[in-house]
Amino acid sequence: MPDMKCTREACGNAIADLGRKNPNVVVLSADLAGSTKADEFGKLFPQRFFNMGVAEANMMNTAAGLAASGKIPFACTFAVFASGRPWEQIRNTIAYGQLNVKIVATHSGLSVGPDGASHQALEDIALMRVIPNMTVVVPADAVDAYKAVFAAAEYKGPVYLRLCRPKIPVITAQTDPFKIGKASVIRNGKDATIIACGTMVYHALTAAEMLSKQNINVAVINLHTIKPIDTETIVRYASQTGAVVTAEEHLAAGGMGSAVAEVISQNYPVPLEMVAIRNRFGQSGEGDELLKEYQLTADDIVKAVKKVLDRK
Amino acid sequence: MNLPVDSLITSLKAKSKLIRQHIIKMITIAGSGHPGGSLSAVEILVALYFHKLRHNPKEPNWPDRDRFLLSKGHAGPVWYAVLAEAGYFPVETLWTLRKLGSILQGHPDMKKTPGVEMSSGSLGQGLSIANGMAMAAKLDKPAGSPANRDKANHRIYILLGDGECQEGQVWEAAMASAHYKLDNLCAILDYNGYQIDGAIKDVMSPLPFAEKWSAFGWAVKEIDGHNLNEIINAYDWAETVKGKPAIIIARTVKGKGVSFMENKHDWHGKAPSAQQSEAALKELQ
Repeated sequence: MPDMKCTREACGNAIADLGRKNPNVVVLSADLAGSTKADEFGKLFPQRFFNMGVAEANMMNTAAGLAASGKIPFACTFAVFASGRPWEQIRNTIAYGQLNVKIVATHSGLSVGPDGASHQALEDIALMRVIPNMTVVVPADAVDAYKAVFAAAEYKGPVYLRLCRPKIPVITAQTDPFKIGKASVIRNGKDATIIACGTMVYHALTAAEMLSKQNINVAVINLHTIKPIDTETIVRYASQTGAVVTAEEHLAAGGMGSAVAEVISQNYPVPLEMVAIRNRFGQSGEGDELLKEYQLTADDIVKAVKKVLDRK
Repeated sequence: MNLPVDSLITSLKAKSKLIRQHIIKMITIAGSGHPGGSLSAVEILVALYFHKLRHNPKEPNWPDRDRFLLSKGHAGPVWYAVLAEAGYFPVETLWTLRKLGSILQGHPDMKKTPGVEMSSGSLGQGLSIANGMAMAAKLDKPAGSPANRDKANHRIYILLGDGECQEGQVWEAAMASAHYKLDNLCAILDYNGYQIDGAIKDVMSPLPFAEKWSAFGWAVKEIDGHNLNEIINAYDWAETVKGKPAIIIARTVKGKGVSFMENKHDWHGKAPSAQQSEAALKELQ
């Protein structure tokens, strides 16, 4: 069994380490600093840490002002309140002005668990990727998340970093390269390709193992950057394997699967199935119960692969 | 500028008249735009750019410059006219307002216009941005002294609209400016009393202003926003405020200077016809 770690915790560690190296890094938090792990930076660098209280719209624009003055602000809160609530501030100020704001959105997806639908962001990838100049990154595990923070700091312009609440298996290695905009192929196969992001990458790997026992060999891609999307890698695997399944903890409408479908349908049309949430809000429950209820398990991915193979 | 007070005021008055003419001309040529709230803010911007603000039009990104932000972005024409007169771009550029490919967008765009510090147009966001700039200024060390959050090497000015104060975010930001003791921040409220649908007190009253800002922890000064002496004194006063942000509530007249536009909310967001423009320019001679 792999190590279990929270991406939000790795992100908190990374921002603190980044703060040690770069005096221009500042952190804003809309309360919740203990939950988002922004407090680690706050304890080390109190002068560069701004708790903005429960006022997310104000926080995003304050981050914009700091960025316009040469700082590298990381604005942290739960994904629901980091995307939907301050969406227009992000659109009209941060993205329109191409300001160097890093939005740290923790507690995304159903795996938030018992807090229920109000706290489960299932639409944030769609909300963010539709905005021009925006970059959307969804790390697959804690190692990915740590690297993503450093990559985001290097990257000029706004970045939305989507993280999760629970501990999830570590599946990538410290030595794996992480480049914003470059998909990571973590398993090769010839029959179909599973493209997953975030927490679903592990389930995609599990599904690939299950399928290999039935002599079905699938490739698995960790699409940690939803935007800018890695068209080249997606098209290459679509052409090599002839079938694609996407898997994400997000609504089917507008999410990562939609983004992949946009690429495939315009460049190299092959059958595609999406493992995603269908036009529903979340609800209270334990994370793994919810993944089952919303058909986001490795079994569901296996079913989707078989379905897509029938359509080849 | 170190002119004696009388000649300073005379020169700023002449500049204000010229800026008003530019506003009318540019909106007429554009065929759309917001004259009312541009005309009300003329003296506020003229006193700032031609007297108070430390800036260099030849070097718009000079790191130690004072910043001015226009939160009521629909008043872009007054900002553009002032920036052109200050030398950020040629005056002729004003006649391209709102045209395809122009550096002068319908609402300010920081990526297109030299001197425009921040894009605006969506109301309620400016004060939060100004807070971020004021925080950054306090974090940056003044040359030769140790890092100190309480010292800043430049000041941030921001113009808010009165109707804009209906946006809840203005008050989120107002709370934060006081919480972080941003005494390098000076807000000016263009209190002209009108918004697009009518008088602010009839549409959704944000009044009383002085009591509200004071209750949010701000130092407050109320002035006549067309009296250049009062405006200059208020900017000087704001610099003396320590440990809290300062706001100048400037009582102004919407459409100031053009008799048929004054205090008429229907001139919030429409262009004058050629005939009306001619009449307006005659009044502004």
